[in-house]
Amino acid sequence: MTALIEASDLVRIYQIRRGLFGRPHPVRAVDEISLAVNPGETLGIVGESGSGKSTLGRMLLGIDTAQGGEVRFEGKPMPPLRTPEWRALRAKMQLIYQDPLAALDRRLTIAAQVGEPLEIHKIIPKQHQAARVAELMAAVGLRPDQAEHYPHELSGGQRQRAVIARALAARPKLLVCDEPVSALDVSIQAQVVNMLRDLQAENGIAMVFISHDLKVVRNIADRVAVMYLGRIVEEASSDVIFQSPQHPYTKALVSSVPVPGKRLEGRVILQGEPPNPASRPPGCAFHPRCPLARDICRALVPELRQIGDGRTAACHVVTGETAAIAA
Amino acid sequence: MIRFIAVRILRAAITILAVVTFAFVVLRMSGDPAQVMLGPDTPQESVDAFRRAWGLDQPLWIQYLAYIKSIFTGDFGVSMRDKASALDLVLQRVPATLQLTVPALFLKLMIGIPAGVYAALHRQSFTDRGVILLAVFGFTIPSFVMGLLLVLIFAVILGVLPSGGQDTWMHGILPTLTMSIGGIGILARFSRSAMIEVMGQPYIRTASAKGLKWRDVVWSHALPNAAVPIVTIVGFMVGSLIAGAVVVESIFSWPGIGRLLVVSVSNRDLAVVQCILLIIAAAMVVSNLAVDLLYGWLDPRLRSVASH
Amino acid sequence: MGAASSNLVELRDLKVAFDGVQVLHGINLDVRRGEALGLVGESGCGKSVTWLAALGLLPGKASVTGSVRLQGHEISGGTRESFERVRGGRIAMIFQDPSSSLNPVLRIGRQITEALAIHRGLKGEAGKAEALRLLDMVGIPDPRRRFDLYPHEFSGGQCQRLMIAMALAGEPDLLVADEPTTALDATIQAQILDLLIQLRAETGMATVFISHDLGAVSQVCERVCVMYAGRIVEEGTTAQLFSEPRHPYTRGLFDAIPRIDGPRQRLIPIPGTVPNPKHLPEGCAFSPRCSRAVEACRSERPPLLSLSDGRQLACTRPVPAEERAGTKSKVAEEMLQ
Repeated sequence: MTALIEASDLVRIYQIRRGLFGRPHPVRAVDEISLAVNPGETLGIVGESGSGKSTLGRMLLGIDTAQGGEVRFEGKPMPPLRTPEWRALRAKMQLIYQDPLAALDRRLTIAAQVGEPLEIHKIIPKQHQAARVAELMAAVGLRPDQAEHYPHELSGGQRQRAVIARALAARPKLLVCDEPVSALDVSIQAQVVNMLRDLQAENGIAMVFISHDLKVVRNIADRVAVMYLGRIVEEASSDVIFQSPQHPYTKALVSSVPVPGKRLEGRVILQGEPPNPASRPPGCAFHPRCPLARDICRALVPELRQIGDGRTAACHVVTGETAAIAA
Repeated sequence: MIRFIAVRILRAAITILAVVTFAFVVLRMSGDPAQVMLGPDTPQESVDAFRRAWGLDQPLWIQYLAYIKSIFTGDFGVSMRDKASALDLVLQRVPATLQLTVPALFLKLMIGIPAGVYAALHRQSFTDRGVILLAVFGFTIPSFVMGLLLVLIFAVILGVLPSGGQDTWMHGILPTLTMSIGGIGILARFSRSAMIEVMGQPYIRTASAKGLKWRDVVWSHALPNAAVPIVTIVGFMVGSLIAGAVVVESIFSWPGIGRLLVVSVSNRDLAVVQCILLIIAAAMVVSNLAVDLLYGWLDPRLRSVASH
Repeated sequence: MGAASSNLVELRDLKVAFDGVQVLHGINLDVRRGEALGLVGESGCGKSVTWLAALGLLPGKASVTGSVRLQGHEISGGTRESFERVRGGRIAMIFQDPSSSLNPVLRIGRQITEALAIHRGLKGEAGKAEALRLLDMVGIPDPRRRFDLYPHEFSGGQCQRLMIAMALAGEPDLLVADEPTTALDATIQAQILDLLIQLRAETGMATVFISHDLGAVSQVCERVCVMYAGRIVEEGTTAQLFSEPRHPYTRGLFDAIPRIDGPRQRLIPIPGTVPNPKHLPEGCAFSPRCSRAVEACRSERPPLLSLSDGRQLACTRPVPAEERAGTKSKVAEEMLQ
């Protein structure tokens, strides 16, 4: 199967000035990342703040331009930002992010906002628009009477539904969701996650699901990539990655998820904090916090390599067979 | 740090130069000093002689270059009217203006800030509403109306204060009051909203939660944070210490810089007007610079972002 | 419940209203000496408001009634001073967003020594020495060098450590932690939870842990209260509630959480949304979202009653005890009918 979207060696560098008189400092927010998402597949991206996962999401859509590497959508390279070709392509790839209130226009009704992409991309004749809007709202579980409501009249969960309905209007092939349920209460979060799963199954949409919440990602994603300081450190199917994480960072991450009813004992608690991306440690960026770090880890950046069937990890210590020992 | 200040000073110099250039051009485009100084019936030869004597017959750009050159040598020109050094004329008037503006600034700070802070700490109370009402009153009434109103009440009706002149300290009361009322209103409103904003911040709740006395929460946790927006306004007020009295000095015939400016403009006394504008611009720019430095001192976060 | 003397704090019929809208409908809650109690619920359930009200930390427009007793002494309804005597020294509190909970213009050393000066009279060098000890205790590396830094020079996780150090400064009998890990990254969350557990073991102070995260609560707490729409709906030991939730809402919360292990199943959400406090449903506030609700639930609000197994429950048709664990506590069922 050919990938719907494919990124190779993506690099994004920000110039950050530290202190009043400091000189600009390059920060590699996204550092040589390659990934591919097949039609209808969901790729989860997990990582902590500063891992570059949101930047990566925006680069896939071409909103943040890559300073190195390229993104190919349906086999073709991404057209430059804000050109008509890019706009046409953007109809096929939609972004959903954490704060639905910021994504919606306070002055427009929900129906008007859901219908907006239909108008912009001239997807269907005007006379069918109202019917399509009603259909979209029903698909995300909004009541017909909410069509004439304004964003502030809806709850957080309902707003996120409206944002998703709008994203679906253009019949996208790819949804990039950046922390779409993080602001919602648990009971509502489950509603939205289920809805995304259903919509995806019905419409065959591919999804990149970015979140810090491992439990949600595990539930919704087919495959998961774990990011640390701008690089992917491990990638595998979501069934195996949480069950038998290999990279020491993934292990700590999985172990840090509090499980209801279980005490904290026996968990891996990482010492220290993720380093500032502006002062990335040499070698493997994780080595200062890694319990397995050796000399080579301090000197050489580990490459992502196969460590088993369909899974990769970037670690000098964990490679296939040694994985079992390290675990 | 040095680089930061150097950049700011350079920027300040450019601002001043822009003001000076603008004043220079506008003054020369908007009227002929010779006509104004000599009167309409003067023979053409006298007019030409006057122009030659003051260099007004030269092309504008030559006059401009000569002017800029003389500024850099500390020569601010000579008044066409009094034939005296323009700078001396202006500096002579500075004390009179400061006699009004400094006490007025003092009043603004001493009344405006406490009133605003008190109102913020007693929101929705009678005092709060009173402060808001008076503040709106204070800064919506233009100072010439306010001045005339005060004259009407205290000089005409009550007859307790003089309506103009500079003879005794009593003469300074009405102009000082006129000037401070608007500023008090502005400061009260700004202090109130700054303080309300700060009092709603999580760190104020933290300060209370750790058991600090209410007054310590206000004094050592809230006020330092509210100071940043207040300093902006105060900086502007300090910057206008010299220029802020034009209207009031005219109303109360107070012989300060403001009145000198009005008279010199109508006489097209170029050197004096330019000298005053230069000083006003310099005062503004210096106080702006001071405010920027103060920000960094008040809020450590701004030390690291100011360069963005 | 236990003897009155073993209770450190007793809340009785605590009610809070904002601008006439009641958000807390009479909370009765005891915190025993040294215990770790969890308060769980979704946004707007009143779990934070309960403790902000108890400490007099709500804004002026909130009207608070009811009683808050600390070792038998009434502290609420009194003057500002009566709260000030309790805050920090007897009951300390830390908050959700550590970075904005520290004063941005004051050095962190000063913010901690300030608390030491109020509660323990430590000033000058003695205060600084103790502050450095606390910073070390909460795991701030190289405290001596960082004593004079400002909050923005610390990460979110470190700010929460600073908040905890500040809370410890008063050697409180109770630490109320209001969503202390919600704003933090997963690995940092684990560190802070670990720190809270360890500090409680070392100091013996009681902990009230307020969180929407059932997982985090179960790690820290021995006893849990589940709140919904301004009321406690179920209360029991962590083991009881987690192995055998009886209130349909508690059960629903568990079911809604995606799991990190086991098969990747479809989630089981709770339908509908949290009610607006202005228009609370008649009867049980959860009834419109409850799959077990019957007609009676919509007209009559069930009171919070003690069951034979020691838990408290406010439900007319609780989840049958056998359904999950198979323990036969028919007594409880019958008691409620």
